[in-house]
Amino acid sequence: MYDAIIIGAGVIGCAVAQQLAKYSGKIAVIDRMEDVADGASKANSGIVHAGFDAHPGTEKARLNVKGSKMYGKLAKELGVPYGQPGALVLGFSEEDRPTLENLLKQAIANEVEGCRIVERDEILKMEPNTNPDVVCALYAPTSGLVSPYEMTCALADSAAENGAEFILNNPVLEVKPTMDGNWLVITERNEYKTRAVVNCAGMGSGVIHNMISSRKVKMIARRGEYYLLDHMAEIPFTMTMFQCPTKMGKGVLVSPTTHGNTLLGPTADDIDNGYDVATTRKALDTVLEKVKLTWKNVNLRPVITTFSGIRAHEENGDFIIGEVEGAPAGAFEAVGVESPGLSAAPAIGQELGDQVAAFLKAELKTDWVKPTPVPKSFRNMTDEERQAAYEQDKEYGVLVCRCEQVTEAEIRAAIRRPVGARSIDAVKRRTRAGMGRCQGGFCSPRVLEILCEELGVSPLEITKCGGDSKLLVGTLTQIAKEARPDEN
Amino acid sequence: MKTENMINVDILIVGAGPAGLAAAIAAKEAGINNMIVLEREDNAGGILRQCIHNGFGLHRFKEELTGPEYAQRDIDKAAEMGIDVRTGVTVLNVTEDKVVTAISREWGLQVFKAKAVVLAMGCRERPRGALAIPGTRCAGIYSAGTAQKFVNLEGFMPGRKCVILGSGDIGLIMARRMTLQGAKVLACVELMPYSSGLNRNIVQCLQDYNIPLYLSHTVVDIQGKERVTGVTVAKVDENRRPIPGSEIQFECDTLLLSVGLLPENELTIGAGVEMSNVTSGAVVDDCLQTSIPGIFACGNVLHVHDLVDHVSNESFKAGKAAADYVNGIVHTGREVPVKDGVGVRGCVPQTIKLEKGAEHAPVSVMFRSDRVYQNHYIVVKADGKAIFAQKKMICTPGEMADISLNAKALAACEEAAEIVVSIEAEKPAM
Repeated sequence: MYDAIIIGAGVIGCAVAQQLAKYSGKIAVIDRMEDVADGASKANSGIVHAGFDAHPGTEKARLNVKGSKMYGKLAKELGVPYGQPGALVLGFSEEDRPTLENLLKQAIANEVEGCRIVERDEILKMEPNTNPDVVCALYAPTSGLVSPYEMTCALADSAAENGAEFILNNPVLEVKPTMDGNWLVITERNEYKTRAVVNCAGMGSGVIHNMISSRKVKMIARRGEYYLLDHMAEIPFTMTMFQCPTKMGKGVLVSPTTHGNTLLGPTADDIDNGYDVATTRKALDTVLEKVKLTWKNVNLRPVITTFSGIRAHEENGDFIIGEVEGAPAGAFEAVGVESPGLSAAPAIGQELGDQVAAFLKAELKTDWVKPTPVPKSFRNMTDEERQAAYEQDKEYGVLVCRCEQVTEAEIRAAIRRPVGARSIDAVKRRTRAGMGRCQGGFCSPRVLEILCEELGVSPLEITKCGGDSKLLVGTLTQIAKEARPDEN
Repeated sequence: MKTENMINVDILIVGAGPAGLAAAIAAKEAGINNMIVLEREDNAGGILRQCIHNGFGLHRFKEELTGPEYAQRDIDKAAEMGIDVRTGVTVLNVTEDKVVTAISREWGLQVFKAKAVVLAMGCRERPRGALAIPGTRCAGIYSAGTAQKFVNLEGFMPGRKCVILGSGDIGLIMARRMTLQGAKVLACVELMPYSSGLNRNIVQCLQDYNIPLYLSHTVVDIQGKERVTGVTVAKVDENRRPIPGSEIQFECDTLLLSVGLLPENELTIGAGVEMSNVTSGAVVDDCLQTSIPGIFACGNVLHVHDLVDHVSNESFKAGKAAADYVNGIVHTGREVPVKDGVGVRGCVPQTIKLEKGAEHAPVSVMFRSDRVYQNHYIVVKADGKAIFAQKKMICTPGEMADISLNAKALAACEEAAEIVVSIEAEKPAM
């Protein structure tokens, strides 16, 4: 019997778990994927929105502003890359000015600090690579950046260090109330009884909500596709560059990431299958076309990858946070958490975690362990720090990923973390090994070996991202025998 | 790091593949003793270690060797000569002042102060991401070299049924290797109307095994949720855009990419060396010296070669030149730029130092053609006046072209403002 089961190990589920783990009780986080952050949390813009975008009075607005103000401290506690470079929303004609002025009004109503309208000359001074056709812009100095998957992994680790159990690679099939006033969570591999259930299932949250509530919701899967540029290339913009929404659409952004890459995108296409994260030529071409408005001479030579992510949009457009309406007691949820969900995550985690704890009448633990910050990466160390790290652990002397300068020590540590990496992609999210220019071409065979050494499994068991995504299909002898069974 | 902790060396060579080893051997022969070669892998030999097929060394050794055999000859020679080759050492940074920072399990962080540095880091494969091929990001998509490493060094098969995108040499070699090992190679797909690999590899690796080569085709979609289940290939028009309706579907579990090699120049760029947009390598003079005096570059980090024999040859020159630099033998003379003319891409060297009497002749210039040419002339002009012409039966982008300018040709350049190499249909008046 659990006190609480959180469904979904994305940034929201992990933030709730981290908060709830501050209280006494037995909790678990269940996810369909083999790793945390393996849905929308790994594929988004990584923006901590200032909070001018959401309509005043909505949950989106309230939680965005509250969450973004929590980020600086939280990211530091967790040791997660975070920065606050600011943002510009660009207008390219006088027709855009009223829209920008309206955004400014919203900013003021939402209590976002420091926003103002800036004119062409100041914009070009701030960001010289901006298309000179720009007319005016909204400047939001508090707009931030975070590495969303590293944030999620760190939240998960903190929860796990304080007793939260992570049950991964185990899709939830059904959630139902029991006769004795508790809840039953039925998964592919098991059944779990719990006093409270918290639905943070992202794209899957609608299905779960509708299983238990008489008030139905409708989820729409909105896919966004991106280009990612190498950090070796000169950074075109230091701030996040949005485009003013027009009747032609929302536009795309150009933004640095916390690791110095440049991100272009996303598109917004409603799709039928909420888990289909394929990229398409059409959407990638759309990104390129739209980016030119912000960055006239866009240079795609440093592109290292393209990817897509799904926004879990609820048709009424706002977050649905709290106790599930129209359901028996003990059901909680965070449904429709699309952008600015990442920005709101710390606030949602705190509020929902506290709410569940209150329901459980749980007390704050006296032995709660503060998060262990993720150590500084080798790549960001000074020579002195590198030597010091080496003296602690000789494997800091072995570079495995040459593009991102990731050492063997860091890869082993990623596998040994409380919620440790079990696949090539999971190592990548925690260390950046394979995230660089060669996209794992050189390091993946070695990462695979280290995973085998650490986990005590055969190379044939290692996957790229769980399930059937095995990297290797057999030994040379096995495959040759399959092909020529008559030969010895 | 404080200067007193620095290790002083005459020459520091980054990389112990064929380029680094050849440079070291040449420098040692020229009398350099205080020299160190740093290699990040646990073994010297570079990419040749995984190239277990034969065909290496025909020019240099006049015999057909496998990659490991070719590499071993240089490794043995370096050992015989007492050259200090340190493996498992990754160079992190090279400065303009030739201060080199490296780290290793054995020695930790080390800082070297070198009189000359030879950059020989080799190249890497372009990944899927660089091509922005649409589709899913499932397992089963490998660059050909990664697959080669799994098969030849680790003893594992990355797939059973595969399609190869790109007809670069590694892709062609892997088509044969996978087939021999029991996998089915369904197709080799090339975007361009010609292969970017050596002709002998097209014959020996595809034709001999009845593997179809689809020229002017590309992969337009990759399917598969966790592992590749299929790829869609389409014909492309003259602007390399897919032609709707020409799609061919292949059911496969693996897509191998052999879509180009890129010199690995992070350290070069970090040092502030002037780079070429065409070769993606350093700009060098005919001594393989970069824009920073005393920093030399050779092999695939300078420009992507087709034959290792050429890599070795070029690197001997770089090693000798680095030794000369340390020994105070200064190559003076007026620098004349060598430019790409019609049909020519990526001339190396980009400048020639014309010394009195042209005693460093012959100077070789290497480049690739921008497309296939038959029965054309490679022409060198000094300020528009032809000083060299050589008929070629065939010039193809897959094969490095090289010409050798003798003393007479160089003498004819003495007053020239620029030298232009081009490919022309007619023999020019000389």
